[in-house]
Amino acid sequence: MYHYNDFDAAFVAERNRQFRAQVERRIDGSLTEDEFKPLRLMNGLYLQLHAYMLRVAIPYGTLNSAQMRQLAYLAEKWDKGYGHFTTRQNIQYNWPALRDIPDMLDALAEVQMHAIQTSGNTIRNVTADHFAGAAADEIADPRPVAELLRQWSTDHPEFQFLPRKFKIAVTGSPNDRAVTAAHDVAIRITERDGQIGYTVLVGGGLGRTPMIGKVINDFVPQEDLLPYVEAIVSVWNLLGRRDNKYKARIKITVLEHGIDEIRALVEKRFAETKDAFNGADLALFEEIKTHFRHPNFRNVTEEAYDAAYKADPVFRSWADTNLAQHRAPGYAIVQISLKKHGETPGDASAEQMRVMADLAYAYGHDELRISHEQNVILPHVHKSDLPAVHAKLKAHGLATANIDLVSDIIACPGMDYCALATARSIPIAQQIATRFDELKLEHEIGELKIKISGCINACGHHHVGHIGILGLDRAGVENYQITLGGDHRETMALGQRTGPGFSAEEIVPAIERIVEAYLENRKGREETFLQAFNRLGMAPFKTALYDQEARVAAE
Amino acid sequence: MPKAFTPKVVTANALLAGDVVYLTADDAWSADLRHAELLTDEAHAQVRLVEASARHAEVVGVYLADMMPGENGPEPTHFREEFRRTGPSNHHHGKQADL
Repeated sequence: MYHYNDFDAAFVAERNRQFRAQVERRIDGSLTEDEFKPLRLMNGLYLQLHAYMLRVAIPYGTLNSAQMRQLAYLAEKWDKGYGHFTTRQNIQYNWPALRDIPDMLDALAEVQMHAIQTSGNTIRNVTADHFAGAAADEIADPRPVAELLRQWSTDHPEFQFLPRKFKIAVTGSPNDRAVTAAHDVAIRITERDGQIGYTVLVGGGLGRTPMIGKVINDFVPQEDLLPYVEAIVSVWNLLGRRDNKYKARIKITVLEHGIDEIRALVEKRFAETKDAFNGADLALFEEIKTHFRHPNFRNVTEEAYDAAYKADPVFRSWADTNLAQHRAPGYAIVQISLKKHGETPGDASAEQMRVMADLAYAYGHDELRISHEQNVILPHVHKSDLPAVHAKLKAHGLATANIDLVSDIIACPGMDYCALATARSIPIAQQIATRFDELKLEHEIGELKIKISGCINACGHHHVGHIGILGLDRAGVENYQITLGGDHRETMALGQRTGPGFSAEEIVPAIERIVEAYLENRKGREETFLQAFNRLGMAPFKTALYDQEARVAAE
Repeated sequence: MPKAFTPKVVTANALLAGDVVYLTADDAWSADLRHAELLTDEAHAQVRLVEASARHAEVVGVYLADMMPGENGPEPTHFREEFRRTGPSNHHHGKQADL
């Protein structure tokens, strides 16, 4: 874990003091909403459909048990007893009152957390692989890179009024678990001739114009990373389309100018500015890396795990589904599902947050991660402790064995909360999960990623879902378009639209028909939904979706 | 031919809590849509909008929302206003818990 120094603490304290005064001035009428809005957004405070929403940064999804407990405390003291974990590894509180926000920010600062740059046209919270530091396939831990970027970008004077928001994701593994190519800048740690460097992509993003990032440089040496990224943001800051917010993201800049021109401009800017870094960034990077050393892993027997695995089918199912391979012998990565059937994807109660914090403290080297798929990770748990971990999770509704299965759905807040949404997404996710739980087909179906957005902004990543669902307003009625074949990994692909959308009442049966078509047409259990779609194409799924519709309409 | 005016209410979010509120005929803000003033005249609706928008120490994001007359007061014509009235549909909290 990174520990901030006195300068960092003083910086956050001063920001909070300023914001407290701004809130007071808004409440006493000295500031109008037009004057206050940019100030509140700089501190992560939105006004949503029914209430204010505070978005708190969880940098690269990493936190310790004290921080998780503090998030629970905030949920209980100033919200309705729960928080919502997001696809950008943040947590959102849906119901705070305006006058309580300064106290919430001060409480966050007590555990070295804040809400700075979780909103606004600036470089947002940097995200990373949620298995960072633990994954068996990792080349290097992406978190020091993410922390370096965070320190560089926080209050960076050149980048506080960018054309639009700017999102960076980092992965240290060739298997991309951070959806990097859907970010403005993707940083992929790579190794060449024994040297660590970075493959950098630009211009990815979902939303109304989904695009997969393009490689701008396939090997940026470690010492050049920060000046190179700064050159990218700097070039876009000048070229970005401030005349039209829908064309202001760097993906449009790359599209309009072409990757070759952007690359040439970035190289020119990089050549101008790299000397100014003067090695200070590298010294800082080395210092940051010392905070992310591996824990002292234990070398003990796995007998307890083996015994539980043999004796308890519920534990076995959970272990088979929710554990991932750890780099250290005898250890596992535990994925805690926040997708209990029928519950809101990504929500955790204060009690559940404390349970996860307790488990991290007792069994997990005091580390937790938030995944972009709205789940929580205990990155380092010895297998001998897994029966105890599972028992505690089970007792608190946190042991649903559904990671990567049909009910492990990403769903944005949608119109239940979000002022931008055009349809709801959470109830659709709840109904799909409940339906497939009733059918007892989840494990038979195997890996299937459903992602739902309640509007074209695509916070639910629907473009890269194996099955993507986009909620829209069609003539005053909620309507849901389906896409198939999206892929969120290093092999990223955008889903293809099936055809006309479905009403809220029709969408769950429609998804069921798609899954039935997969089960009927797959070669066997080893062929996943995505593999089957890539082999079969759209035809059998369209038939399943629309022929029956036509039959029903004709009857 | 000019398009027929759809009746409206003035709605906003309360400054302190962010709750959805509606302007009543006696210039109060109510969390209950049934108490809202239904504006059936376009010019009057614009006047009420301007008046309400000036109350920035009380509310945020004032706008006119389409409604239709109902047995117990204004009724939403669009699902967005229905969800603003009833609260989120995933948990029994927010407005729906108070109804």
